[in-house]
Amino acid sequence: MRSERSSWGLRVAAYLGVAFLHIPLLLIILYAFTSEDRTYTFPPPGLTLKWFGVAFARQDMWAALWLSVRVATVATLIALALGAMVAAAMARARFRGKDSISLLITLPIALPGIVTGIALLSSIKRAGLEPGLATIVIGHATFCIVTVYNNVVARLRRLSPSQLEASQDLGARPFQTFRYVLLPHLATALLAGGLLAFALSFDEVIVTTFTAGAEQTLPIWLFGELFKPRQRPVTNVVAILVMLVTLLPILLSQRLTQGHEEMDGAGKST
Amino acid sequence: MTATLTPPSIPSLAVELRGLVCTFGTVKSGTVKSGTVKFGTVNAVDHVDLEIRAGEFYSLLGPSGSGKTTCLRLIGGFERPTAGQIRLFGQDVTGQPPYARDVNTVFQDYALFPHMSVLDNVAYALTVRGVDKATRNKRAGELLELVKLSAFASRRPAQLSGGQRQRVALARALVNTPKLLLLDEPLGALDLKLREAMQTELRSIQQSLGITFIYVTHDQGEVLSMSDRVAVFRDGRIEQEGTPQDLYEYPRTAFVADFVGGANVLPGALVGRVGGRFALRPERVEVSADGPGLNASITSVHYLGAQTRLELDANGVSIHALIASSRKFTPGQTVNLRWDAADLRPLED
Amino acid sequence: MAAPFLPKPSLQKPAAHGPLLYRRPVLALLLLLVPPLLWLGVLYLGSLLGLLVYSLYSIDDFTGQVGNVLTLDTLKSLFTAPSNVDVIVRTVLMALIVTLACAVIAFPVAYFVAFHTRGPRKALWVLLITLPLWASYLVRVYAWRLILAQEGVISWVTAKLHLSWLLDEVLRLPVLGGPSLSSSYLGMFLVFVYVWLPFMILPIQAALERVPRSLIQASADLGARPAQTFRRVILPLAVPGVAAGSVFTFSLTLGDYIIPGVVGAPGFFIGQMVYTQQGTAGNLPLAAAFSLVPIVIVGVYLALARKAGAFDAL
Ligand SMILES: Nc1ncnc2c1ncn2[C@@H]1O[C@H](COP(=O)(O)OP(=O)(O)OP(=O)(O)O)[C@@H](O)[C@H]1O
Ligand SMILES: [Mg+2]
Repeated sequence: MRSERSSWGLRVAAYLGVAFLHIPLLLIILYAFTSEDRTYTFPPPGLTLKWFGVAFARQDMWAALWLSVRVATVATLIALALGAMVAAAMARARFRGKDSISLLITLPIALPGIVTGIALLSSIKRAGLEPGLATIVIGHATFCIVTVYNNVVARLRRLSPSQLEASQDLGARPFQTFRYVLLPHLATALLAGGLLAFALSFDEVIVTTFTAGAEQTLPIWLFGELFKPRQRPVTNVVAILVMLVTLLPILLSQRLTQGHEEMDGAGKST
Repeated sequence: MTATLTPPSIPSLAVELRGLVCTFGTVKSGTVKSGTVKFGTVNAVDHVDLEIRAGEFYSLLGPSGSGKTTCLRLIGGFERPTAGQIRLFGQDVTGQPPYARDVNTVFQDYALFPHMSVLDNVAYALTVRGVDKATRNKRAGELLELVKLSAFASRRPAQLSGGQRQRVALARALVNTPKLLLLDEPLGALDLKLREAMQTELRSIQQSLGITFIYVTHDQGEVLSMSDRVAVFRDGRIEQEGTPQDLYEYPRTAFVADFVGGANVLPGALVGRVGGRFALRPERVEVSADGPGLNASITSVHYLGAQTRLELDANGVSIHALIASSRKFTPGQTVNLRWDAADLRPLED
Repeated sequence: MAAPFLPKPSLQKPAAHGPLLYRRPVLALLLLLVPPLLWLGVLYLGSLLGLLVYSLYSIDDFTGQVGNVLTLDTLKSLFTAPSNVDVIVRTVLMALIVTLACAVIAFPVAYFVAFHTRGPRKALWVLLITLPLWASYLVRVYAWRLILAQEGVISWVTAKLHLSWLLDEVLRLPVLGGPSLSSSYLGMFLVFVYVWLPFMILPIQAALERVPRSLIQASADLGARPAQTFRRVILPLAVPGVAAGSVFTFSLTLGDYIIPGVVGAPGFFIGQMVYTQQGTAGNLPLAAAFSLVPIVIVGVYLALARKAGAFDAL
């Protein structure tokens, strides 16, 4: 029998677990305001806002941010197109090799990022490509496909197939069925998948170190800052910035995928 | 497009199915063929030939899994035939997608678009044809009036009851005045009273609009009261086709005799014939406590209201009879059975 | 008309007119699949295979260039050179221990969320568990530099609790310890657990969420005490969740090179090995060979996890 009251120990373990997940993030925020810039003295000897000014004055930070935004945007668009296509093919049809395809889609996130990174790097070298925006995008789009795919395929499976049939039945050509029935049904799933992909790309560092060459995305820039002995709180300021840029899309996409639990457009019962 | 000549003497045909086959499952190479069933596949529709006249109310009747829905989906264009030909109003549409066929469907789950209002749902067929907004809303309004839902035009499908959704689906399918309407168990989810009301309503709409209806159901009572003609399906084939009276009075096989109206199927020896099997309707069996006839004992008595159903055992053959409830019998009682020889229908198998 | 006794007419292909994509649905499917499969199959899988090929070459000792003869030497050196074996064993051990610790910490959290929260509270809990995942990997690793530093939070807390002696004792431990937490295997272990923990909680919670409540009631109804129900009904049904979570924690730990670089003891991990070999050392064949290790291990692990039903819990 499920007891409504949880045992004391269980409750404490759960709260501790979640505290463990969040305390480090709070510390990041706290240290952005410390007046000590060489060590990580706790508690901070004093609090100041000056690191925000210092960080925002850094041209290289802005350049890295801009590159990250461009990379994430292009990678997301590619992932949206490719992910939605596989999802459409995989949602209902049964064919041989379907399992292999779903494995192939998940492989880029199932395998360690470093494998993806070095594999792409060796191909880039072999093809004689110059590492840069394009090569970073290739890497990111590869592992972003799966987030779009997961969102879209789940939504497609909730679409009663008779919806699409009804549309055709009433005379809608394929594009019209897409425009009037499929797209409204998928819109929020596409948006949610796209936002996740954006966040994933914006945040990625492991694959990027291999495909970026001399270019610096924001995480790469941040990685370099980690080992600088001075002005350490600047790192924290940028870390907060990165958290915000990734968190907002995530929260938004969670919102978008809520309320789609039941099968859309089917069911006679009221 | 191939022009086809229809002899003017014959009333024009709405639907012609020729040797239609629809196979599901993948045919693996090198598998043994036994009959038409290949290993790993199922012929949901198996060499169906059918002609439906324009303006008919035509029903497809059969037990679950007998291929009715598949047959309907082939006509609508949602399934592609493995073999055979589909002609609608003289034109071969076998390779045509649903949107190119002058057919509309009332889906079993209604398939209303949840993100559109009732009015937009009904107007959809006009929207995709580029009809201007004023015209299509006017036309959709007329259809909503026909199904008595004018007051619900701005609601979403989720805010309607099952019966109301059913009527929206009907209005939506009729908005473009198709020549042929397909209905797959459209009343399946409704309660008995609503069902009966809708049966009458459907029939009168069909007659007033002069549209050909193809109606799928496994409810034989519904079929007998509504249809002009009926095809009885079994394992993907048509077992028998004809008017409701034909099927009820002259079943050709034991399956039809039993499925339509539940007849007794009796061996010839029992009824004084040389061989074969015969159908006998339970209400045509006369039961008397004494007198001449076939000796039988009552195994059980079921009270059905106006009538009572008797289960009987005659020389090891089970027979049932329907009698007026005013007559009293008890289980275990021995009785005599008689019937008019003309009521015995010889069966083919 | 029904003609059940007539011989079957030969199967006739339906007439061929009408839109091609309608008549050949397979074609539509192919059109949808070709672009993504070109990307993933050629660009990505091709690169992985290319990597495999690289591991079949070796570096020429004199020129420092990649030789042009196929050889198994590089792959063999993974298992013959003691330093390489060390790296592999160290990484796999760490991955195993991290996975185990994650499972132990994650289970009560997942259990609590699955069975003792509902409605908006459940949504909030799930959000709280998911959020750190998205708060930037690098930032979360960096946070532990602050925490583990000699002058950082942990030292401060232990000092306040008059437990500094205990911290010193722990740091004096032979393998785990080190000069400070931020350069010890213990510190590295903490960071790994922290960073991958949500990946373990979420699948377990999803698996528990799917345990039909009626099953638990049935078990109680049949006379099982709560502990028995837990051991005989809930735990077995949670196994796929644990398996799914462990795929992540295990695979992610195997391939990570940032955490051992930012926090940790001097010994190399597979990820670092790959990184330095392809970079500063310029030995791409050896880097490729090393990157095959996680591929193979993860492959075997995936196959095992699949048997345990891990993919139903994803
Ligand atoms: N998409 C499909 N894939 C495989 N088999 C199918 C498919 N659709 C139908 N079948 C099979 O074809 C046969 C006929 O199915 P169909 O839906 O036409 O039956 P039905 O007469 O409509 O039954 P019901 O009264 O239960 O609706 C069944 O054996 C069914 O399992
Ligand atoms: Mg059916």
